Amino acid sequence: MSWAPATASERDDMLSVIGVKTIEDLFTSVPAHLRPKSWNLPAGISEMAVRDEMAKIAAKNAAAHTSFLGGGAYDHYIPAAIDALVSRGEFYTAYTPYQPECAQGTLQSIYEYQSAICRLTDMEFANASLYDGGTAVFEATTMSVRITGRSKIVVHDSLSPIYRRMLDTHTAHLQLDIVTGDDPTDAACVIVQNPSFLGTIADYTALAKRCHDAGALLVISFYPISLGLVKSPGEMGADICIAEGQCLGVPLAFGGPWLGIMATRKEHVRKMPGRIAAETSDAQGRRGFVLTLQAREQHIRRDKAMSNICSNEALCALRALMYMSLMGKEGFRDVARHCYSKAEYLKSKLTFATVLNEGPTFNEFAVRLPKNAETVIAEMAKRGYLAGLPLSSLDAGADTDLLIAVTERRSRAELDAFSAALEEVSCN
Amino acid sequence: MYPDDCKYTKEHEWIRAEGGLYAVGITSFAAEQLGDVTYVDLPKPGKQVKQGESTAAVESVKAASDIYAPAGGRVVEVNTALGDAPELVNEGPFEAGWFFKLEGVDAAELSNLMDAKAYAAYVEAQH
Repeated sequence: MSWAPATASERDDMLSVIGVKTIEDLFTSVPAHLRPKSWNLPAGISEMAVRDEMAKIAAKNAAAHTSFLGGGAYDHYIPAAIDALVSRGEFYTAYTPYQPECAQGTLQSIYEYQSAICRLTDMEFANASLYDGGTAVFEATTMSVRITGRSKIVVHDSLSPIYRRMLDTHTAHLQLDIVTGDDPTDAACVIVQNPSFLGTIADYTALAKRCHDAGALLVISFYPISLGLVKSPGEMGADICIAEGQCLGVPLAFGGPWLGIMATRKEHVRKMPGRIAAETSDAQGRRGFVLTLQAREQHIRRDKAMSNICSNEALCALRALMYMSLMGKEGFRDVARHCYSKAEYLKSKLTFATVLNEGPTFNEFAVRLPKNAETVIAEMAKRGYLAGLPLSSLDAGADTDLLIAVTERRSRAELDAFSAALEEVSCN
Repeated sequence: MYPDDCKYTKEHEWIRAEGGLYAVGITSFAAEQLGDVTYVDLPKPGKQVKQGESTAAVESVKAASDIYAPAGGRVVEVNTALGDAPELVNEGPFEAGWFFKLEGVDAAELSNLMDAKAYAAYVEAQH
């Protein structure tokens, strides 16, 4: 077989085998209005003109707005040291650490990241990271299927509807039986999220026991920052825990790249997807780092690999490691405490709205406004606020319901001004 | 060079009658080709398998291979010693390095497997 690019007739042959007429037909799942209308691009323009054009487009961004938007991604403070350190060439340009003899720094950073995640979650093994919180839900699902040999997946209603949609898309051709609820009977796993999508905190220790009695696994999707205050997945008895790690020093950056966190117990480590870095010693007994348990992975196991994941978000994981190191144990608790206290303060100010959560919350809660949430959000945007997430947009609430997130970045003055503005906008 | 009381597959597994059950492992040739075995993924006892079904997996320093059941049956016993000492596969592939034992094997299924002499010739012809 030659490795030249495909000719037109070879392309036609391949298209006829898979049963489509044109290459464009492969993209029909992308909504028409998001697909390019034409590939006839305008003629080139000068660097100066490009800069002006880009500056104009960039000015449309609402980057200066005060954010109360959450739902899985949060406006936490990122210490300046992270950008300074992570942009060092040794980290920034490093590539796949398959050769330990020339990738010790990268491997050590991954090993330390994994260790920090294990300490944070009280789990035994973390991998080098996955793409993001949503794909981590999918990976935890297929991992549970591999471990238990069962095909029923139980999704608790605490799980983000965004993650649920991603799970449905990823598993569309896997013949899994995905049901909603918390009954572990005959299930590979029960997937819960803590705090819930609406921000409610719960203790899943009893559910963990019910899962184990039924031979099922408990998968907990957690919010890393919350673990400064909330009982950890490991303490609750989770078998696999996963998270979106964006809150740990990774910029919002319009949706990514972010960080998929995954950790598990020792007995399941061989069924875990993704790279794992480990400490070892060389022939002279010196400490060193390598990738380990690689027989799980695609480059060795081929089609029988644990996952088609063969990369990781190394730079984002490094940011998370730096964030955790800079905060330290006490600092991490302080951030969590600030998030919680400020959210509680704001909650107490919103007397004109009804809080919908039926239990304690961490830094996010849902309210029912006297008015349509999308209308309120549009009006608040004019006043310089990202007021939150309209729950009806994800079929997760009525059109008056708004999900509000508060991070340590919000000052008391901002909270006061925001609650006054929200009251004015929603009650008039 | 290969034990006469075993039958062999083209995937280099052996199967041997032992007190009403059938023990399964990989041949010395397979163990040599794999190099140092680091982990054996064993099935859960009770698992029902068909002839040719992927039943276990063996990992060495740089490779991983599936182990196929040489005959159909129910897994009744697995070699738990391999958990702490996977090197037993290299040290004694036909003895201490066995993987699992099957019950309810249909002896007729063994007729399409090779005997020691045929297997030796098969290995010779391939390599």
